Amino acid sequence: MAGKDLEKSKEAEGFEHEFESGLAVISETKISDPGLAPHRVRMTDKSPKHAKNAERQVAVLFLLSVVGSFFALWAYVAFPITEDLATVRANNLWLGLGMTLSLLGIGIGAVHWAKTLMPDFEVSEARHQTRGSEDVRAAAVEIVKLADQESGFSRRKLIRRTMYGALALFPLPALIVFGDLGPVVGDSLRHTMWKKGTRLTKDPTGIPIKASDVTLGSVFHVIPEGLAEMHEHKLEEKAKAAVLLVRLNQEDLKEDEAKKSWSYDGIVAYSKICTHVGCPVALYEQHTHHLLCPCHQSTFDVTEHCKVVFGPASRSLPQLPITVDAEGYLIAQSDFLEPVGPSFWER
Amino acid sequence: MTTAVSEKKPEGALASTANYLDERLGVGSILKNFGRKVFPDHWSFMLGEVALYSFVILLISGTFLTFFYQPAMTEVIYDGSYVPLKGAQVSIAYASSLDISFEIRGGMLMRQVHHWSALLFVAAAGLHMLRVFFTGAFRKPREINWLVGFMLFILGMAAGFTGYSLPDDLLSGNGLRIIDGMIKGIPVIGTSISAGLFGGEFPGTEIVARLYGLHILLVPALILIFIAIHLFMVVIHKHTHYSGPGRTDENVVGYPLMPVYVAKAGGFFFIVFAVVMLISATFTINPIWNYGPYDPSPVSAGTQPDWYIGWLDGALRLAPTGLDISFLGHTYPFGVLIPLVGSLVFLGLVAVYPFIEAWVTADKREHHVLDRPRNAPTRTAIGAAGVTFYGVLWAAASTDLIATFFQVSLNQVLVSMQVMLIVGPIFAYIVTKRTCLSLQRKDREIVLHGRETGRIVRLPHGEYIEVHEPLDKFEMYKLVDFKDYRPTIVRPNEKGKITVGTRIRSALSRIYFEDRISPVSQSELNEAQAHDHSPAIEATKQEQLSK
Repeated sequence: MAGKDLEKSKEAEGFEHEFESGLAVISETKISDPGLAPHRVRMTDKSPKHAKNAERQVAVLFLLSVVGSFFALWAYVAFPITEDLATVRANNLWLGLGMTLSLLGIGIGAVHWAKTLMPDFEVSEARHQTRGSEDVRAAAVEIVKLADQESGFSRRKLIRRTMYGALALFPLPALIVFGDLGPVVGDSLRHTMWKKGTRLTKDPTGIPIKASDVTLGSVFHVIPEGLAEMHEHKLEEKAKAAVLLVRLNQEDLKEDEAKKSWSYDGIVAYSKICTHVGCPVALYEQHTHHLLCPCHQSTFDVTEHCKVVFGPASRSLPQLPITVDAEGYLIAQSDFLEPVGPSFWER
Repeated sequence: MTTAVSEKKPEGALASTANYLDERLGVGSILKNFGRKVFPDHWSFMLGEVALYSFVILLISGTFLTFFYQPAMTEVIYDGSYVPLKGAQVSIAYASSLDISFEIRGGMLMRQVHHWSALLFVAAAGLHMLRVFFTGAFRKPREINWLVGFMLFILGMAAGFTGYSLPDDLLSGNGLRIIDGMIKGIPVIGTSISAGLFGGEFPGTEIVARLYGLHILLVPALILIFIAIHLFMVVIHKHTHYSGPGRTDENVVGYPLMPVYVAKAGGFFFIVFAVVMLISATFTINPIWNYGPYDPSPVSAGTQPDWYIGWLDGALRLAPTGLDISFLGHTYPFGVLIPLVGSLVFLGLVAVYPFIEAWVTADKREHHVLDRPRNAPTRTAIGAAGVTFYGVLWAAASTDLIATFFQVSLNQVLVSMQVMLIVGPIFAYIVTKRTCLSLQRKDREIVLHGRETGRIVRLPHGEYIEVHEPLDKFEMYKLVDFKDYRPTIVRPNEKGKITVGTRIRSALSRIYFEDRISPVSQSELNEAQAHDHSPAIEATKQEQLSK
């Protein structure tokens, strides 16, 4: 044993094997263990009257459970559910309370029985060291050796190595069968339903929006024309194409020269899908012109191309370039020019 | 015995049943070996029981739900009795969840029982883990069982999350959206994993059925297996017990399984079930009809995940702005990756902690007597730091609610959480360690000089003293029976070299045990009792006074 630190444990004297005690301090003058504290007699042990009382209490508790069970059975029938939603509440409440009583009576009854009437003498039982005794370990080693000998596992290298190879490869087919869990997404994450000339329509009705309807300060939740009528892949498209439309004072907008033509008369449209992890950025604060994502509080400034002003997001919300058609309806100039939503590797 | 001893027919129904079972299953020897197995008694040992019982409740209530729930995302027009949603386009999964709530007697109750007991399951498992940590129950030979328990906690969260998403409502749909956003952020394989999970683009029409398979088959099966291993190991190791007179590493002190624990633990199952039932009968949980069906566009303000996912959501919220990096044509969204990896590292540290502590103390003995948390000040401080770290992340998931409720700025709440995430654990570590050391000193004081009684006595010569009441030997032993370690100094090994491992270990041992406080020894006690103000003398003085 290296060093004095590795003193032998004195406490483990009762066990066959002595383990190193490491950094433990073994005190020579430890205060000695006085042994189990004397048993304290309960009232129910001393007085038959108390014991009889406890017995009655347990029985009453069990009887309460019986009452609860019958009550629950009755409540199931007595509180049917009809078109009136209040009946759901009544059914839930009374059935639940009946079952509560039925369970609680048994539970408290059993525990009360154990605590008052069953013996409460603490018993001490010897533990055995988890480690096997030397004989047992030697016997175990013998068994392994014998198995090795009989099978020739160590001796027959060819068998052993081919087996390793086989075992390493056999799970691969099991993995490959999961290949069709989903198609390779490819380019679809970069594109949405928006294209040149797609009308901006209201979510969820699909009614087209006239530029003149968008009053100053108002907000529209927008989907592309045609989405409302879709059946297949509607939600997938909506999860990319949802847009928020706001009209600001022209002088409040601080637009880049290159993107000046993307707005129309102070009306701007931005992707509603947060660039953080994809929640809808649905809260608009009118007087700061901030858009707030309710999931993780990323905040975007609508006056400055929805750049991130707060929160965990990194990128501005992509802007949808818009204009109006001959009838005065708002339309997209093109698709978004960058992928919407959360960041991904191939972006 | 081959000679047919006149086989006596066992008398009575009970005896003949017992005989029948013993002759076929050998229940006799099982009962003989386990019937009087001793279990120690302490309220904190019931936390694991609560977790176990909530799992049983989950199986019972969950089975009921499978009879009515349909895991399909096909869109249908809702035509049930919940009027506000009549005519809305919803998925079959959502419609069947509404039907369970509004058409089936007891359906709402079972849904609520299932949800409440799921919340309770993870909570009880977490508290049980904290109990095991703070009492050092994870020490040899139980390190592997700690890992099994850790897996159960992770599986509990997995079961919770997969189930949470099944009703396909707006709130859980947004939860999935967040998961999708996080997965997409993983470099190289993120996009493919997301496509594989959702069967193409988010949300697709597959995810609910896939989560259902995981939720009702794979995850519960794994939980069952791990519970079996967990309990099997409890039988192998026998339960730990708290330090006290008569309790050692070589025995187990408590009450026998039959009849006391059968009654107590069996009764406790019914009590846990009753409490869950009472809550479910009186408190609404997850009112999916208020949230509406999933739609990627709307979202309600103040969205909150179930409590056990909160810390992960909080981690996402706390990431500072602008961490996305584009490099060589690829995107590295560190705003998502740092919380993700950070949480995994935190969980990893929780999993390996027993091995770290075992390495530092180099104590290879079996430990069956639990530590009082104060008697392992550094471990307790590390635990407190971990709890604080988790707690701040958890609170961070409610930054918006905190801001609206207390009428303070959301930005300030978030920034203070960011600061607290770093400062909080350090502060908690220091305060906890100092508190533990002070409590240990107080224990020493009480052992050496007895308890203060608050009675002031004037001695004949005019001196005033406070009477101290000596402890009885049982109480005293409770305060002195703990393991004490001292730091190690760097020593060269057999080859005369000082390895890096040795240095780290020595440094850690210093952090752990530098300011250790030893238990009172018999010699210290003797010395104190010999001293003038020792309790014994004061007691005699008092006797004289009262004459």
